[in-house]
Amino acid sequence: MANVLINAPKTVRKGETIELKALILHPMETGFRPGANGQLIPRNIIEQFTATWNGVEIFRMKMSPAVAANPYVSFFAVAKESGTIRFQWTGDRNFSAEGSVMVTVT
Amino acid sequence: MMQPLPTRRAFVAGSLLVTVLPFVSAGATPDAMTAAIRDVVGEAQIRPGRVTLDIPPLVENGNAVPVTIRVESPMTEADHVRAIHVFNEKNPQPHVFNAWLGPRNGKAVVATRIKLADAQKVVAVAETSRGEFWSASADVIVTIAACTEDVK
Repeated sequence: MANVLINAPKTVRKGETIELKALILHPMETGFRPGANGQLIPRNIIEQFTATWNGVEIFRMKMSPAVAANPYVSFFAVAKESGTIRFQWTGDRNFSAEGSVMVTVT
Repeated sequence: MMQPLPTRRAFVAGSLLVTVLPFVSAGATPDAMTAAIRDVVGEAQIRPGRVTLDIPPLVENGNAVPVTIRVESPMTEADHVRAIHVFNEKNPQPHVFNAWLGPRNGKAVVATRIKLADAQKVVAVAETSRGEFWSASADVIVTIAACTEDVK
């Protein structure tokens, strides 16, 4: 199972803009690096990252091998209603992981 | 007309060109970056401004370079940043990432960490809902490059 770290405020005022941070453990192997045997290590990266708030997409990112290992992404969102923010990562070798946080909007 | 026989000088120059070209075409170049930007932007005009590309000018380790892109935008339904695209000049590929945003984001700010294979220029392009493109670029000096070191 992939290791995921998510940072979001637990309670926010309605209409407030909050920062959401997500980090996932992943090698992001570029496919351009030679290994110990001199052959290129095959590419293994996360290609897509999406965030949804109660099922509505709020942020999407397409990554290339130039995103650092253990991809960290920070972005903002306006708190409209209480609910679950779900983060999903997909990539090479059928990689798929997700994490979520509950946010209470007052 | 008869084609003149190639002179020795022309032959040497030609063979040099053939040997040099494969190395030039390996990896992204400023031209490859321009082409990659054009792929995303199309024929639209890209204007400098409104975008702040926050990246350290001198990094010791190219494997994880923090980068923050901020775009001045009210982020309303009528006028918001639709996407932020980031490119580089000298990594094996010119593309770094694309992020799609909307009015729901409130602020057009995206931060992440990227790899840089060499000292080079990084370009961020923001696409607004009005179809405008704004950009910013930054030069980064990298002392330890990403991608090139051996795996231990």
